[in-house]
Amino acid sequence: MVTVTPTTAPPTTAPPNARRRPGGRPVLRLLILVAIVAVVLYPLIWMVGTSLKSQEEIVNNVGLLPERFSPGNYTTGWSNFDVSFGRFFVNSTMVSLLTVVGNGLSCLLAAYAFARLRFRLRGMWFAVMIGTLLLPQHVLIVPQYILFRTLGLVGGDWPYLPLLVPQFLATEAFFVFLMVQFMRGVPRELDEAARIDGAGPFGIFRHIILPLSRPALVTTAIFSFIWTWNDFFRQLVFLSQLEDYTVPVALTLFIDSTSQSAVGPMFAMSVLSLLPVFLFFVAFQRMLVEGINTSGIKG
Amino acid sequence: MALTTAPEPTRRGPGSARAHSDRRGPGRIRHSEGLAGYVFLSPWLIGLMGVTAIPMLLSLYLSFTNYDVLTPFSEVRWVGLANYERMFTADPSYWHAVRVTVTFALIAVPLKLAAALGVALLLNRAWRGVGLFRGLFYLPSLLGGSVALAIVWVNMFNRDGAFNSLLSLFGITGKPWVNDPDWALETLMVLAIWQFGAPMVIFLAGLKQVPTELYEAASVDGAGRFRQFRNVTLPMLSPVIFFNLVLETINGFQGFTAAFVLSNGTGGPVDSTLMYTLNLYITGFTELNMGYASAMAWVFLLAIAVITAIFFSTGRFWVHYSDGEDR
Repeated sequence: MVTVTPTTAPPTTAPPNARRRPGGRPVLRLLILVAIVAVVLYPLIWMVGTSLKSQEEIVNNVGLLPERFSPGNYTTGWSNFDVSFGRFFVNSTMVSLLTVVGNGLSCLLAAYAFARLRFRLRGMWFAVMIGTLLLPQHVLIVPQYILFRTLGLVGGDWPYLPLLVPQFLATEAFFVFLMVQFMRGVPRELDEAARIDGAGPFGIFRHIILPLSRPALVTTAIFSFIWTWNDFFRQLVFLSQLEDYTVPVALTLFIDSTSQSAVGPMFAMSVLSLLPVFLFFVAFQRMLVEGINTSGIKG
Repeated sequence: MALTTAPEPTRRGPGSARAHSDRRGPGRIRHSEGLAGYVFLSPWLIGLMGVTAIPMLLSLYLSFTNYDVLTPFSEVRWVGLANYERMFTADPSYWHAVRVTVTFALIAVPLKLAAALGVALLLNRAWRGVGLFRGLFYLPSLLGGSVALAIVWVNMFNRDGAFNSLLSLFGITGKPWVNDPDWALETLMVLAIWQFGAPMVIFLAGLKQVPTELYEAASVDGAGRFRQFRNVTLPMLSPVIFFNLVLETINGFQGFTAAFVLSNGTGGPVDSTLMYTLNLYITGFTELNMGYASAMAWVFLLAIAVITAIFFSTGRFWVHYSDGEDR
C-alpha cells in the first residue's frame, strides 16, 4: 500500500491529498462497498445454503440459508453416478497437478532463453510468442483434436495426454511472458559473477535463475492449478469415458437429469468443486491479486 | 551439457575471465550461448510447431474440405470455398451466433469495465480494509468461469431461483429468465459483469501510478472532483483502460462454459445463447462437421485479429502515454 508520504506534504492537519482523490465521503463510500460485497457474495452464499437444504426446503424455503442443516445432498451427490465423485476429483487433481509441473518446467526453460540468452532469431521468436498470447484456444481445438486422434491419444490408454502434452511444451504464453518479465528483474551482475566462476548458460540457469525465480514459479503454479481445475472446454472435448471425467465435465451430467430432485446434490458437488479454488484464494489471496497485476492476465 | 561446457574455461582466473568478456562483443553471439538458447527454447519450439503452427495450417487446409473425422484422410474431398460460401450466404444460424456473440460483448464488456473502474475508484485510497474488499471483489473472477458457478447462476435465475425470490420482496413476479429467449443471454451478461474483480485489480494498480501532484495542480486550478476525474484520472488511466478493453473484449467473444451449461450444450432457448464458440463446438464435435468448423475457427481468428487491430489503430486518438509521446 502506497500512502502519501508526510515528508513532502505541507504541515496541515488533514492529509493533504486524501480529500481530493475521487471516491466520496468515507462513511458513504463504506456503505456502498458493503452493498457491493453483498451483491458479489450473495450467489456464493446462496449456493452453499442451497446445498445444505433438504429436498423439501429447496422447494419451500426460498431464503438464503436452510432452517435445518441437512448434509444429505453431499452423500447423495458423491455417488449420484455410476462412478463416484471421488474418482472425478482424483482425475481433476491429477490433471491440474501435472499441468502445474509441465507449465512450471517448460515455461521456465523458454523464459530463460528469451530473457537471458542471445541466439539467432531471438527477437522473431519472442514476437511469435507474444503473438500466441491472444490466440483463442477455440481456434486450435478442432485440428488439435484431429491430430491427437490420429496419433491415437484421444480415448487411449491414458486419455489425459492431449490435455497434458501441450502443457509440457510451454504453450501457455502467459506464463512464459510472466517469467520473462520476472527474470528481467534479476540483476545481470549475478550472471556475470557466475560466469567468472566458470558457469555456462546451464550453470547460470541452475544456480542463479532457477532459485531466484521461485516467486514467478509459485504464481505460475497457482494460476495453472486454478485455470486447469476450472477449465471445461478442452476437458469436454478430449474426455469421453465416464471414469475418465474430470469434475467440471462430471458436473454437466447433472444438467442432463432435469428432475428437481437433482438440484440439492448438484449444488453440493458444485460447492465441493469450488472448494480447492476457494482454499487457494484464502491462502494466496495477496499473491493472486498481485500476480494479475504483474502479468495483467484474465481472472 | 558436456557439449556446451567444453569450450568454457575450466579454471577460473583473471585471464580467462577477460578472454571471456572479450568475446562478448556487441551483436556477436557466442556459439555456446546460441546453442544453449535453442536447447532451452526447444520445448517451446516443439510446442509452437506441433500444438500451434501445424494445427493452424491443418485447420486452414481442412476449412477447404468436407472432413468429418469418420472418413479417413485419404478420402477427404477438397470443396474449395464451399464452407466459406455456406457460412456467409446460406447458414442463418451462423449469423445468429455472430449476432449473439457481438451483442454479448457489446453490452457485457463496457458494463463490466465500468463496474471495475467504479469500484476501483471507491477502493483507491490506502485505508485499512482495502485488502479485504479487493480480495472479496476478486473472488468471483477466480470462480466465475467454472461449470459449478454456471450451474448456480442458471438456477439462481430460474423460476424458483434466488433472483425471483428477491423480486418477490418488492412484489414483482418474476419468470424463469434462463428459459426465456429474450432474457437468457442477459443472465449470462450479468454473470460476466459479476466477475469485474480482475479488471478492477488492474485499474487499482493503474490508479496508484497517477501522481498525486496532478490532482493537487488540478485542484489549485479550481477543478472539482468530476473535472479531476475527467481531466486527470481518465487520461492518466487510458493505457490501463485500453489494456482491459482489449483483453475483456477478446475474452468476451470466447464465452463458452456458461452458455453451454445454461443450454445444456444446445445454445437454446431458441438459439438465444448460441455463442460463436458454442456454435463452433456443436458444428465440429456434435455434428462432426470439422471442415466447416475449421472455416468458422479461421474466420473467428481473423475477426479477433481485425478487432484488435482496430483497437490499436483507434487507441492513438484516446490513449495517453505519460512518457510524453502519444503513440
